[in-house]
Amino acid sequence: MIEMMAVNKWYGKDFQVLKDCSLKVAKGEVIVVCGPSGSGKSTLIKTVNGLEPINSGDIVVDGVSITAKSTNLDKMRSRIGMVFQNFELFPHMNVTDNIEIGQIKVLGRSDEEASEKAAALLKRVDLSEHALKFPSQLSGGQQQRVAIARGLAMEPMAMLFDEPTSALDPEMINEVLDVMVSLAGEGMTMMVVTHEMGFARKVADRVVFMDYGEIVEDAKSDDFFGSPRSARAQDFLSKILNH
Amino acid sequence: MDLDFSVIPANSELLVEGMKMTFLLTALAIVGGMILGTFLALLRIAKVPVLAQIAAAYVNFFRSLPLILVIFWLFFLVPLIMGRPVGAFSSVLVAFILFEAAYYSEIIRAGINSVSTGQLAAARAIGMTYWQSMTNVVLPQAFRAMTPILLTQAIILFQDTSLVYVVGLRDFLVSAEIVANRDQRLVEMFLFVAVVYFVLCFTASLGVKQLQRKFAND
Repeated sequence: MIEMMAVNKWYGKDFQVLKDCSLKVAKGEVIVVCGPSGSGKSTLIKTVNGLEPINSGDIVVDGVSITAKSTNLDKMRSRIGMVFQNFELFPHMNVTDNIEIGQIKVLGRSDEEASEKAAALLKRVDLSEHALKFPSQLSGGQQQRVAIARGLAMEPMAMLFDEPTSALDPEMINEVLDVMVSLAGEGMTMMVVTHEMGFARKVADRVVFMDYGEIVEDAKSDDFFGSPRSARAQDFLSKILNH
Repeated sequence: MDLDFSVIPANSELLVEGMKMTFLLTALAIVGGMILGTFLALLRIAKVPVLAQIAAAYVNFFRSLPLILVIFWLFFLVPLIMGRPVGAFSSVLVAFILFEAAYYSEIIRAGINSVSTGQLAAARAIGMTYWQSMTNVVLPQAFRAMTPILLTQAIILFQDTSLVYVVGLRDFLVSAEIVANRDQRLVEMFLFVAVVYFVLCFTASLGVKQLQRKFAND
């Protein structure tokens, strides 16, 4: 469903943030992308919906190339959900409006359809009683669940998660991961940048390990945790697992 | 010196008419200046080729000129460009809009830049176009952040409208001056004008402070 082919990206002239990255994500697959900070994993995931433009190579999502001139990137983005590290809910709108706005402005749904959908999604992320609150009145974990609902409201074919729990207090991480686990269980295609190795072990079909802008290892989850092939992945795992 | 303030109520009609003109000019200049200013700011923020440079030049140009010069210029220029007399009010209004837009544009640009880039990314990520993202997500937050500064600028504009006396437009100050000269009550009338400007502007700036405090607590 998502295929990256020899993707290269530079910041300026000298710094290459992505080096020949190639990757395939099949429909219904859950891929965890991990690696040290600055390894390019967040940039990688943001290239999938064109939020970060690439310099060479190509990315094809559901048969459509994001680099083709004829591609309507706005339309493509509406079909790929994205969840950000800092939630990025719209602070001047209440929770329901946050979930409705894309449906109304982008998909052209009626107010009734949009609010029905919003109510159902809020129920699903267990936030029905907060429907009319503003983001600033919610905890980080609650905000991130609203952000997931906002993405799901567009009925996306895939969801991208960029360190969805990194900005959360420890006690709130699980409420967000639980939602993600259940999504994966329903067969949602997901690309997740995360340091939550417990989540990766439990849910991921494959783990992609990045370092210095390269995809160093792309392995089945069990193989990756059982016996990482590269020394860099071994080193990374030993650092984040042994504490 | 014997002061006679009865000249004020005796001429209240004229003075009220003058104040109406002052408010009308202020309000129209704010609306026009904001619309043009927002447009200029967006051209620069979106880095629209050529137009962004023109917008930057425009802003620098008008911010380098004294307002009174712009008022004078347009008083003579607008009729020339239009090829017919347009009246002092129209030419003065155009002058204020053009001049204020330069200042508003900088305030609005700062306001837009104060909204985190993640907000634009989040709006784009759900499929909104650049302009949809701007109008639905970024601008509402930017305007909220800059409301106090915009209001302060509006208070300055309110005071600056008194400069229209140079083209003979009958605003509050000019009306008061007419009365002052006719009835030989210069001291009373100019005291009165000062008090009115002070009370209005001071009250308004207290309001702005209140608003700032409210926003800070939200």
